[in-house]
Amino acid sequence: MIRFDKVSKTFRRQTVLDELSLDIAPDDRLALIGSNGAGKTTMIRCLLGEYVHQGVVTVDGKDSRKYRTEVLKHIGFVPQLPPPLKMPIHELFRFSAAVCGSEVGRMSELAARLGLDMDEVGSKPFVKLSGGQKQKILVAVALGRDTKLLILDEPTANLDPAARQILFSLLAERINQPIIISSHRLEEVAGLVNRVIELDRGRVVLDDRVADAIDPGSAQNCELGLGRAEPAFAAAIGEWGFSPSDDGLTWRGEVAGPDRLRFLGMLSRYAGILTAMHLSGGRLSAPRGGNGTEGEADAAPQD
Amino acid sequence: MKNLWHTARLDIAESLRARWFLVYSLVFGGIVASLFAFGLTESRVMGFTGLSRMLVTYIQLSMAILPVFVLITTVRSLAGDREAGVFEYMLSLPVGLAAWFWGRFMGRFIVVFLPVFIAMLLAVAYGAARGAEVPWTHFFLYTALLMSLSICFLGIGFLISGITRTTDIAQGAAFFIWLLLLMFLDLILLGIMIQEQAPPGLVVMVALLNPLQAFRAGAMMIFDPQLIMLGPSAYIILDAFGHYGYLAWSLFYPTVLGLALGSIGYHIFRRGDLP
Repeated sequence: MIRFDKVSKTFRRQTVLDELSLDIAPDDRLALIGSNGAGKTTMIRCLLGEYVHQGVVTVDGKDSRKYRTEVLKHIGFVPQLPPPLKMPIHELFRFSAAVCGSEVGRMSELAARLGLDMDEVGSKPFVKLSGGQKQKILVAVALGRDTKLLILDEPTANLDPAARQILFSLLAERINQPIIISSHRLEEVAGLVNRVIELDRGRVVLDDRVADAIDPGSAQNCELGLGRAEPAFAAAIGEWGFSPSDDGLTWRGEVAGPDRLRFLGMLSRYAGILTAMHLSGGRLSAPRGGNGTEGEADAAPQD
Repeated sequence: MKNLWHTARLDIAESLRARWFLVYSLVFGGIVASLFAFGLTESRVMGFTGLSRMLVTYIQLSMAILPVFVLITTVRSLAGDREAGVFEYMLSLPVGLAAWFWGRFMGRFIVVFLPVFIAMLLAVAYGAARGAEVPWTHFFLYTALLMSLSICFLGIGFLISGITRTTDIAQGAAFFIWLLLLMFLDLILLGIMIQEQAPPGLVVMVALLNPLQAFRAGAMMIFDPQLIMLGPSAYIILDAFGHYGYLAWSLFYPTVLGLALGSIGYHIFRRGDLP
């Protein structure tokens, strides 16, 4: 579906992409990882036909620069940094829907699903929204139309756990569609992808497959036991929407499937006070191309 | 074509929200109000001459204000948008580069031309309501001249925005070009002519290639057909072009120049990195 053939991009003698060659199949859900300056954003911009470069980038056999409009009709994109658009949200939706052949209602509905009150934010300038609200609007624009490919550049960077879970559910609805997710950290996106590409100085240094048994659209119940109550832990776990028992030694809540690695990373900071942890539930992922099974699975019981 | 209009509409809405547009509209509205405040008594006495004179003053003031406003605001918003990452996002949507570039050009033309035109229209309407005879020929020619001047400086602004990557450089370049064109109005040219003993025809040609001078002399010709105010240069202009020929030159040359420079800007924009 997507082919990078010896793609190089140089900025003032600094090579950012170095003869990058890569094939992305229609059933690939790709995590693009790498440190700052590895070339992730440049690679995405080449794919979007925004940069001139050496080599060839094609989407369904069409050069992404030469056939920009045709290629972009099928790509939903969420940038890493929200642009400082001064236009109100309803105007952004109107313009995007008009040029993408979609409907404003679809985008508004998605924004509402992501937790935005459109009556409240609809007339506000985009630039005046909080980081999380901007991210949700951009996600709504990207998902609120028919696309064949989604490109998300650090999509969860500004989202709280609840919004992340909704985003994961939305992406799970498009599980049979190729996705490219760029991130600094694999644990943020591991649950959403089946292939990992790591870039370093403009070259592919890792190309691996990922298997995750948990459906990215599902959530798991989690119960945590503590040796003693700790205010720092309470603050951290509170952000994940967990509730404490009366004595503050047991916490219960839900963790979105794709958020598990990130969640475990957070928990590792409090390993010293953690006495018990139990994760349960969560639908199993369907075989590729099928629908998810409804059976439950204990992901990692650790009593 | 549909996306061209969507982009134009977006640019118009964006400009209407911007502070520069408010200031710009207030400046032209203010000019008309001031001209009436200070000149209407005379207008009442002199009838046709009064309104006609007011239009002449207005057009001369427009020549001083409109180009620099158009240049600075155009390059600021275009180069600023590119620098801030607006292009990266907006151009990831399936809108063609031609529709995006020329849509913004069209939208910007509407917002820079309309306040100037509406201010002039209101002046004429108010004058007519007070009983003054309206010089319709002058009015239409001035309107066409203002359109031509707006297109010309928009073209320069879009070219600068296509070439430069940062707002600072774009603004600096825009200001420099405006100063350069201002310098080459006839006072300095006359100085050069005297000092360097250059053939007068050459000096006048250089002057007429300056769109500001083309506009200025064209505006003068509307109320002073013999260009007496221009002095000896008038002979060369009238010999070379004739009255209607020069009017056509002052209307079409800045328009064509603006569209040509805009096209070069588009070509550069299309062939380079977009964000």
